[in-house]
Amino acid sequence: MSKVIKNGRIVNDDWQILTVAEGEEAAALDVPAGRVIVPLATWLARRDELAARGDVGVWFAGNEGPEALADDIGHVAVIAVSFPKFVDGRGYSTAALLRTRYGYTGQLIAFGEVLRDQFNYLTRCGFDTLQPREGRYTDAQLDAAVASLADFTEPYQASVLHPQPLFRRVARVGVKA
Amino acid sequence: MYRYDAYDQKLVDERVAQFRDQMRRHLAGELSDDEFRPVRLQNGLYIQRHAPMFRVSIPYGHLASRQLRKLAELARTYDKGYVHFTTRQNVQFNWSPLEVIPEMCAELAKVEMHSIQTSGNCIRNFTSDPFAGVAGDELIDPRPWAEILRQWATFHPEFAYLPRKFKIAVNGAKEDRAVIQVHDIGLDLKKNDAGEIGFRILVGGGLGRTPIIGREIESFIPWQHIITYCEAILRVYNRYGRRDNSFKARIKILVSALGIDEFRWQVREEWAHVKDGPNTLTVEEVHRVADFFEDPAYEALPADDVGYHHHIAEDLAFASWVKRNVRAHKKPGYASVVLSLKKPGVPPGDITSEQLELVADWADRFSFGEARVTHEQNLVFADVKKSELHTLWQLARKAGLATPNIGLLTDIICCPGGDFCSLANAKSIPIAAAIQERFDDLDYLHDVGDIEINISGCMNACGHHHVGHIGILGVDKNGEEWYQVTIGGSQGNNAAIGKVIGPSFARAEMPDVISELIETYIQERHEDELFIDTVRRIGLDPFKTRVYADRQPHRKVANV
Ligand code: HEM
Ligand code: SF4
Repeated sequence: MSKVIKNGRIVNDDWQILTVAEGEEAAALDVPAGRVIVPLATWLARRDELAARGDVGVWFAGNEGPEALADDIGHVAVIAVSFPKFVDGRGYSTAALLRTRYGYTGQLIAFGEVLRDQFNYLTRCGFDTLQPREGRYTDAQLDAAVASLADFTEPYQASVLHPQPLFRRVARVGVKA
Repeated sequence: MYRYDAYDQKLVDERVAQFRDQMRRHLAGELSDDEFRPVRLQNGLYIQRHAPMFRVSIPYGHLASRQLRKLAELARTYDKGYVHFTTRQNVQFNWSPLEVIPEMCAELAKVEMHSIQTSGNCIRNFTSDPFAGVAGDELIDPRPWAEILRQWATFHPEFAYLPRKFKIAVNGAKEDRAVIQVHDIGLDLKKNDAGEIGFRILVGGGLGRTPIIGREIESFIPWQHIITYCEAILRVYNRYGRRDNSFKARIKILVSALGIDEFRWQVREEWAHVKDGPNTLTVEEVHRVADFFEDPAYEALPADDVGYHHHIAEDLAFASWVKRNVRAHKKPGYASVVLSLKKPGVPPGDITSEQLELVADWADRFSFGEARVTHEQNLVFADVKKSELHTLWQLARKAGLATPNIGLLTDIICCPGGDFCSLANAKSIPIAAAIQERFDDLDYLHDVGDIEINISGCMNACGHHHVGHIGILGVDKNGEEWYQVTIGGSQGNNAAIGKVIGPSFARAEMPDVISELIETYIQERHEDELFIDTVRRIGLDPFKTRVYADRQPHRKVANV
């Protein structure tokens, strides 16, 4: 059970994220009962079995894109994206694509090196769940971090959270000097 | 000039609040050095050799007088009373203590300035033509487009953690003065046969350790689609640019690896999905922004001013300043003026608080309250009446800002180098100073004519050495500072990367080396031929021969 920020609130999430250990086959992974999130490779290898359960989600590694899951978007219980390093920004594009191109509307989790100073951008790209590394933040820090979701109230550009850019959202009247 | 509305202002204010809190957490030990790093970089804050370095954004180089005054005030209050203008039309403080930076940001926000995305692996400041709006060869004013794109890129949530930094330049004139060919994206405004505005788009140019001239990815993208097209480029780069080796992470490496055709195919594939989406520009938005860049209230003046011509005839020093530092203007009776920040003995691009305040006063008095920064690290007044040039010159001369050397050998582009920068292999400012000292005879300089010398203290190429007619690069050999020389580089429409002439030189040799290159040119040149043209015509050999004649070409270590 880990503390996550979901839709702007701190909650306990019971999704279990399975990883492949060194020397292990992704396809042969032991997938326990209950709410689990499996690596993309595991899902692709055992799609029918896992899809039938209804409580299995998929996670993407940094170098994996949503194309691979295009036909299964409606069959996964949840999607998660791994941030192997906090400076690795590929996951932002993965999220934006899942939301805007592949029509994914379910829960979308960012996990791994997910830092509070990135929460605002992560949510604008479509993540509704932010899962920092276990023990990374104290409860008080996490509380404070929730506020940072609103760091920028009216961003310029279109994103998942603001599907229209500022110039289409509001009437901007100049204040010409 | 663009002015903030309530939305622009709010975003900048929110950024100040965010950064204040991040700095507080960093100082309290909650935000480790590693985690603070990208945060501070995206606010322009580097940790340098002696002190932090703080870079402030000057979108496409435009500054209002009240902004100049604010820079002066900040330099006086928080720094040592001077600032440094950079080749990316930005401005840097060198000595401000770490903990005051959020306060400086708050002060900057009061005059519609910020340091957002001036560093870090994100989309950086947009650069453009310092003579935008007044140049005779302008086809389309690049500034509204640069501003529209600036807004799109600011706090873009998807592109803040790119594989590497990303620089975009916009040109709208026949002659490219924004060096678009060495940017990650170079945008060239043009009209198609139907008279519609659009962009020729270059991609994958860049300097640094792998200098590459950008490739054309599109010959014409209509203006409505410029954001979505850039977004497609950025998304392909964000997903597939290399992240395993920061030296190979720029988009130029991806474009070279895939080939321009495959890269174009991938971008178009992505673009097909986002084209015509919400980021498609509207006429209203373009007009809203373009309105800010309407011509100022020019007076109807005769093309020639009698007093001005009189002064030129009477006053040789004024005439020589006019010849080098005054440019033609599209309006009769007006001219553009370049204030030289290359006075011998002063580090190129540096200016004091007192000078900044004077420049602000003159901007108000002579040029509609505005000044501009050039990537050659000088300042420009775009709109000065010819009848007032002599007065302005007298004032500028008194302030040490009227060195008549624009485009001449002593108008050197130079990075901060080993005096300030922790990445440097060698110092660069003393090289510039030694060259300026050697060539102190103005008549000789005018005779040598247009020539660009660019100096970088390491292969990161902040001083654009690759595109200097003469490029000087600081290299490290067994812990000693050496200098490698290239010739034949150039910016502009015929951008080219210079070629190395041979083994590198000790610092003390550099003025001689430059003298010998110049003498070779003078000996070989045809009438009216510029240095770069002579190099192009006769190649490297005559220069090499001369420079290495008295030197042992293959020495390992020279006696300094
Ligand atoms: C003193 C602190 C500075 C540091 C630590 C620094 C760092 C760097 C680094 C690491 C690069 C290479 C990046 C790459 O190739 O991917 C670079 C490139 C560059 N920097 Fe700086 N820089 C500094 C100051 C400046 C200044 C003062 C200027 C302007 C005079 C400047 C302008 C540039 C430009 C134009 C490039 C070339 C960009 C390209 O490759 O397209 N930098 N800088
Ligand atoms: S070229 Fe090198 S030495 Fe000069 S400022 Fe850039 S990083 Fe520093």
